[in-house]
Amino acid sequence: MIHYKPIARKIAILLIVSVFAVANISAQDGKALFNAKCASCHNIFKNTTGPALMGFEERGPWADRAKLYEWVKNPAAFIAKDTYTQGLLAEYKSMMTGFPDLSHENIDAIAEYVKIEASKPKDTGTATVQAEDNTDRNAIIFGIISLIMAIIAVVLMQVNSNLKKMSDDHENILRPDPVPFYKNKAYIALGIILLFVVGGFYVVKGAIGLGRQIDYQPVQPIYYSHKVHAGINQISCLYCHGNAMEGKSAAIPSVNVCMNCHKAITTYEKGPKLFDEEGNEINGTAEINKLYKYAGFDPKNAAAWDPSKAKPIEWVRIHNLPDHVYFNHSQHVKVGDVQCQTCHGEITAMDEVKQFAELSMSWCVNCHRETKVNFAGNKFYSLYEKFHNDLKSGKMDSVTVQNIGGIECQKCHY
Amino acid sequence: MSDKKYWQSFGELHNDEAFQKLTQDEFREDLPFEDPNEKGWLDVSAPRRDFLKYLGFSTAAASLAASCKIPVKKAIPFANRPENIVLGEATYYATTFVQDGDVIPVLAKVIDGRPIKLEGNELCSFTKGGTSASVQASVLDLYDTYRLTHPKHKVNGKFEEIPTFEQLDKLVTDALKGLNGAPVVLLTSTIVSPSSKQIIAEFISKNPGSKHVQYDAVSFSGMIQANEASFGKKAIPSYQIDNAKVIVSLAADFLGTWLSPVEFARQYSKGRKINEANPEMSKHYQFESYMSMTGANADERFTHRPSEEGSVALALLAALGGNVTAPVLTNEKLKKGIEKCAADLKANAVNALVISGSNDVNVQVIVNAINNLINAYGTTINWATPVYYRQGIDKDMTDLVSQMESGNVGALLIYGANPVYDYHAADKLTTALKKVKLTVSFNEKLDETGELCEYLVPAPHYLESWGDAEPKAGVTSFIQPTIAPLFKTRPYQTSLLKWSLPTGQAGGNADGDYDVYFKNYWIGKLGSEATFNTILQDGIRDLGPVPVAAGSFNASAIANAASLIAAAKKGGKTELVMYQNVSVGAGKQSGNPWLQELPDPITKATWDNYAMISLAKATDLGIFFGKDSDYEYHPEKPVVKISVGNKEIELPVLVIPGMDPNTIAVALGYGRSANIGKGAAGVGKNAYIFQSFNGNNVNFYHTDVTVSDKPVGKHKIAQTQIHNSYEDRKEVVKETSLATYKKYPDEFKNERKKLFESFASKTGDYASEGTLYGTHAQPGIKWGMSIDLNSCTSCNACIVACNAENNVPVVGKKEVLRGHEMHWLRIDRYFVTEKDNPDDVLSVVFQPMLCQHCDNAPCENVCPVAATTHSSEGLNQMIYNRCIGTRYCGNNCPYKVRRFNWADYTGADSFKDNQKISGVGTLDDIVFDMNEDLTRMVLNPDVTVRSRGVIEKCSFCVQKLQAGKLTAKKENRPLQDGDAKTACMTACPTEAIVFGNAHDYESKVSKMRTDNTSRLFYVIEQIHTLPNISYLAKIRNTDDVEEKEGSHAAETGDKKTEATH
Repeated sequence: MIHYKPIARKIAILLIVSVFAVANISAQDGKALFNAKCASCHNIFKNTTGPALMGFEERGPWADRAKLYEWVKNPAAFIAKDTYTQGLLAEYKSMMTGFPDLSHENIDAIAEYVKIEASKPKDTGTATVQAEDNTDRNAIIFGIISLIMAIIAVVLMQVNSNLKKMSDDHENILRPDPVPFYKNKAYIALGIILLFVVGGFYVVKGAIGLGRQIDYQPVQPIYYSHKVHAGINQISCLYCHGNAMEGKSAAIPSVNVCMNCHKAITTYEKGPKLFDEEGNEINGTAEINKLYKYAGFDPKNAAAWDPSKAKPIEWVRIHNLPDHVYFNHSQHVKVGDVQCQTCHGEITAMDEVKQFAELSMSWCVNCHRETKVNFAGNKFYSLYEKFHNDLKSGKMDSVTVQNIGGIECQKCHY
Repeated sequence: MSDKKYWQSFGELHNDEAFQKLTQDEFREDLPFEDPNEKGWLDVSAPRRDFLKYLGFSTAAASLAASCKIPVKKAIPFANRPENIVLGEATYYATTFVQDGDVIPVLAKVIDGRPIKLEGNELCSFTKGGTSASVQASVLDLYDTYRLTHPKHKVNGKFEEIPTFEQLDKLVTDALKGLNGAPVVLLTSTIVSPSSKQIIAEFISKNPGSKHVQYDAVSFSGMIQANEASFGKKAIPSYQIDNAKVIVSLAADFLGTWLSPVEFARQYSKGRKINEANPEMSKHYQFESYMSMTGANADERFTHRPSEEGSVALALLAALGGNVTAPVLTNEKLKKGIEKCAADLKANAVNALVISGSNDVNVQVIVNAINNLINAYGTTINWATPVYYRQGIDKDMTDLVSQMESGNVGALLIYGANPVYDYHAADKLTTALKKVKLTVSFNEKLDETGELCEYLVPAPHYLESWGDAEPKAGVTSFIQPTIAPLFKTRPYQTSLLKWSLPTGQAGGNADGDYDVYFKNYWIGKLGSEATFNTILQDGIRDLGPVPVAAGSFNASAIANAASLIAAAKKGGKTELVMYQNVSVGAGKQSGNPWLQELPDPITKATWDNYAMISLAKATDLGIFFGKDSDYEYHPEKPVVKISVGNKEIELPVLVIPGMDPNTIAVALGYGRSANIGKGAAGVGKNAYIFQSFNGNNVNFYHTDVTVSDKPVGKHKIAQTQIHNSYEDRKEVVKETSLATYKKYPDEFKNERKKLFESFASKTGDYASEGTLYGTHAQPGIKWGMSIDLNSCTSCNACIVACNAENNVPVVGKKEVLRGHEMHWLRIDRYFVTEKDNPDDVLSVVFQPMLCQHCDNAPCENVCPVAATTHSSEGLNQMIYNRCIGTRYCGNNCPYKVRRFNWADYTGADSFKDNQKISGVGTLDDIVFDMNEDLTRMVLNPDVTVRSRGVIEKCSFCVQKLQAGKLTAKKENRPLQDGDAKTACMTACPTEAIVFGNAHDYESKVSKMRTDNTSRLFYVIEQIHTLPNISYLAKIRNTDDVEEKEGSHAAETGDKKTEATH
C-alpha cells in the first residue's frame, strides 16, 4: 500500500505532460502572438491597462468565438452594439487597439494559450522536485542497506574465523591466533583501495569543477526579480538585453532603460510577495527606490529629473567564462535562434538569477553536436555545396553545428 | 652558367661550420640547466629529495589554490547607454594620422570606447587604404605612459602642475603682455591643417611683429627652393609614379620614408604587378650610397659617395643631352650605369621620372632640368595638385636662431618641432633659447625641447582631437576624436585663440575653443552642417581629379647650379650618410616599442642604430666576416668612434653588402632623452649632430668623417636574421630576371610539374597521393593567402598591424638577443649575389613569412596534447589553453614561424613571479611598461593574451574571419570576398598580400593563383606540407637571361649568362 502514492503521482505527472504536449501545438504560436500583440496591455492573471484575460469565456459575450473575433479585429465597430465592452471602456478608460491582421486561427491560438496558462497550477515546480527527492531518498536507502550488509558480512566473517579457531582448538590443530580485522592485511588493502577510489573520484570531480559555479546566486545591489519582470509582466528578454541580438555580450541594461518604465511604475503593489534566500520578505517599493537613488530620480518631482546625472549600478556578474573562451550572443540568439532559456534556465521563474548551466566545455560541445543548423533558411550556408548535395540525395538528414566545424577548437578559443 | 645564391647571412652564403652548427641546434643558447652555484642540476647532491620537495609543494600549492574562493566580479553597465553603441562590437570612425606633415587617412576601430587598431581609409584617392608601420603603431602612442598629463610651469628649474587652464591662460597672457611688443614666434613642424593655418594667421595679425616658422627635422627645403627657381612655385608637385615606366631615384627612399611613402608605394606597385600574358613592368634605377630599403627593391642599383650626389645628377643630365659639362666620375660601374639609365630615360621619355632625395637646392635644380628634358612634367609629375607634406625652409630656421641669439624674440611657442634634438646646431639653439623670455611647448611629450621651455601645454593625441589636414591641393582629410581626452590636454589652436584675444571673441566663438572654431570654419566653407557631417563620416573631401599640369619650366638656374656642383668639395677618406629607417623615421615615435622592436628591412636589427659599413670598410677595420668567421653569431659587434671636429659618437658596426665602400650610414631618430619613454631610453645614438649647413640647406651627409682605425669596444645588436633556418632546404624564394621570365615563362611551372610527376605519378594529385596520411575534408570555406613577392617592398606595415591586431607582446632587446622575438609575421630578406661576389647585390628578395597553415602540417602530428589541430576551413589552429609548452611543434615546423612565450611578457599569468626569469637575466623595463593599465587599453578584447609557457603563431586573424562570417550570417547572405580580411592584408599599401576563400573561384585569392600560374610557388613544396599560402615569384626587370642547369639548357644549348651589362 505504501508504494501506491508515488506511482499514482507519477501517472498524474505523465498525464499532465501529455495533455500539454497536445495543447502546446497551438499554444506555442499563441504564446508568441500573445507576447507580441496583447502583453503590452493585458496580463493573464491581473488587471493592468486592460482586464486580466483569465477566465474570459465566462464573462460578457466571449463564449461566442465569433463575437470575440469581431471585437479583436475591430473594437470600435463592436463596442457600438455591445454594452459589456462599453462597461469595460468606462472602467479602464482606454480603448482596446484593433488587430485586423490577426486571423481567426491566430485568435484561437491566443485564446488557447490564455486558457492553458490560466489552468496551470501555480506550483508547477513541485512535481518534478518531488521526483528528484525520491531518487535521492532511494540512494540513501540503498546506501544504508549496503552499509548494513557490509557490517553483517564483516561480523559473519569474524564469527566464522572465531568458530574455526574454536573447532581447531577442539581438534587440537595448532594454528596461530586469528589476526584482529584491523590488522588484517587483506582488510587494510581493501580499505585503502576503497579510499583511493572514492577519494580519487571526488578529487577528479572537484578538479573538473574548479572555476565552475553552477547555481551561483549572488546577492545583487538591488533585489531585481526576473520573475516579476520577465515572468509575470511578460517583458521580452530582448527589451532589456537587446545587445544579445547584435553583439557578443547580452549586456546588462543601463539605468535609463530601467527608468523607461519605472518613471511611471513607482511602487510594487500588485505582484506576489518577494522573499530573499533566507526567507526574509523584500519590500519591492524600497527596491525601486534604490533604483531611483542610482538614477537620481525623485518620484515626487519627476519633471526635475536629469538623466545625465545617473550613476551606474554595480551588479555582480553571474555568468563568467574564462578569458580564453570567445562567446558571441548574437551568433546564438540571432543566427542560431536559440532561446535564452536554453542556457539560462527558466529565468521567468527566478526572482534572483542563478547560474543554470555549468558553462563547461563539454556542455557547450554536447549542444553543438546535437543542434541542427538552419541550413536551408540562412543563405550563408549556401557555400557548403557538399552538404546541400548530401541533403538532397538523402545521405544526410540534417546538418548539425558539428558538421560545419562547430566543435573545432578555434571556433571559441583564439 | 650563373652561380646565383640567395642568402640571409654571410654564414649561409659560405655554408660554414658555425652556420651548420647553428642550424642543428634547436636553441641559440644553452638551456639554463645550471643552478646559481654553477653546478648542473643533474649533478647536485640530492636531486631526488628536491624532486619530492617540489612535488609536495606543488601539490600543496594546487590544493591551496583550489580552495580559494572565486573572486566576485562586477558587471557595470552604462548609466545612460549612448545611442548606436553595441557593446563589444567594433565601430569604425574616419580620422587622419597626422604627424609632422605626414598625412594618412585612417579608420579607427573603436571597441567599447577604446580605439585599438587603425585601418587605411579606402576612400582616399592616393593611399587607397594603405598604411605604414608608423601609422599602425600610432595607436599605441595614444596610451603612452610618458605622455604629459597636464599643463606645467617651470618654477625654480622644476616643472609644477598648473591646476586649471584658466590659471594657465592668465599666466601666459600676462607674460605675453609683459613682452612690451617683442615679437612672438610660433615654431612648428609642417602644418597641413587649413583651419589651423587660419588661426595662426589670425594670431600673427593680432600680435604685430610675430611670425610663423615651419621647421622639418628632415628638411625638403632644397626641393622647395629648386622648384621656386625652376617654376616660380615654392612647393612640391605631386608625383605619379604609376605613370612612369622608368623610375630613377637618386638616393630618395621613396618607398620607405621619402615625402609620402604610402602613396608612392601604392603607385609603384602598379608598375610591378605582372600580367602573365604580357609580362611588362616598370624599371627602377637606384643611385645611392648605402643599402636602402628602396634600393633593395630596385631593378638596378649603383652606389656612389654621398659627396657625388650632385655629380651623378649632373652626369645624368649631361648624358641626356643637357647643356652642362659632365663631371669626372672615377667609378666605372657608376658611369656605365648612368649611361644605361640615360638611354632608358630617353627611350621612355614622357613616361619616366627622376627623383632625388637630396636637400641641396642645386642638385634639385639639376633634377628638375632632367625631368624637364624627359618631359616628365605633365605625366609623372603633376603641378596641378602640389603637395603640402613638407613646407619648412632651412634658412627661416637659421634666421630665427640668430634672431633668438640677439635677444630679439620675446616669446617662442613650439608645436610639433623638437629642434633641441634634431637641429643641426643644437648647442647654438640651446643657448639661444635661454635668451627668449617666454617659451611654451605644445608637444605631447616632455621632449628635449620641452625640457628647456618654461610652459608645457600638452596637445592631445590625434585620436583625441578634432582637425583637418590638406595633404595636397583639393584633398582634405578630417580628424575626429575617437576617445575623450585621456589627460588634461588642450589643442594648441585653442591656446592660440585664447591667448590672442584676451577679450575672448575668436571668430564668433566666445570660448575660443578650437573644436567650435573648426566646425564653424567648415560649415562656413561647405555651406551646411549636414554636408559637414557627411564629409566627417567619410573622412575625406576630395574635389576630384584635375587635369595633370606641367607648369612652366624656367631653365635659368641650371647653369649656376651646375657650376656650383662642379665646384663642390670632394669627399675625404670616409663619408657619412644619415638616413631614416621605416621604424622610427625622424625620431618622433622612437618611444614606441612596437616600432623599436621592428626589424629593419635590410639589417634585421632591432632596438638600436648602428653604423652600416661596406665589406671593404670592414676589412679595413680588421673585422673578419668571411668564411668560418663567428662575426654574425655573436651579437657583440665591434664599436667604432666616428667623429667630425669635436662631435663624436660611438656606434657598433654592421657589415652590409651593396654599400658604397667609403660610406658609413647611420639612422636618424635614435639617442632620445629618457623622458620620451622607456622604449627610447638608452637606445642608439643621435646622428643628427653630423648634419651640416652649407649656408642655404642642411645636408644629411658629411663628406669627411674620421673613423677610429680599430674597434674601440663591443656592443650587442639584436638582429633577427639568423634566428631561423631552413636547414638548407630549397627553394624558399624564387626569383628571376624579366628577360629570363619572358624567354622561359614556364620555368617555375615546370619545376612544380616535375615534382608532381615524381611524387604523384598515378593520379597527378600531389595532395593526396604524396602522403600516407589522409587529407582534411573542407566542405565549405578554405582560407588561403597569396603573397606577391614582386609587390612586397618590406615596408613592415603588416608586422605592426599584426602586433596590434593579435596582442603580440613586446619582449625587449634582451629577449630578442636570445632569439625570443614573438612576431607572428616576419619579412625575410635574401640578398641575391654571385657566390663569389657578395658585395655586388643583384637583387634583394623580401619574403613575408608567417604560419603557412599547412594542410599536412608537421606541427600537428607531433603535439602530444593535440593543442594544434586542423580546422575544416584549412586553418592550422593553435589552442593556447591546451598547450603545455613542449615546443615540439616549433621544432618540427620547417618554416620556423611558431613562437614560444619564454616569459610572462604580457603579465597574463595568475602568478606574478612568472615575469622573473632569474638565472638567465631580467626582462627589459619596456616589457613591464607594456603591462601598465594605460598601455593595456590597446589590447584587442577578441584575442586571448597569452601567458608564459605556450606556443603562439599566426592564426590568419581567425577573430576577423569569425566576425566576417557572423556578419554574413546575420545579414542572411553568402560570404563575399572581402568580408574577412587579415590585418596584414588591410595594412599593406601595395596589395602584395591577398586573402580570401580559395574555394570561391571568383575570390581575389583564387584569381591570383589561377591568373599567375607561371609565377606561383609554395615554399619548399617538395616536403609535402601543402601550405595554404602561395607566393608569386619575384621578377627583377633586367635584361640578362639566366640559364639554369637541366631545366631549359637543352632547349637552347647555351649555358652562359647572356649578360648585357
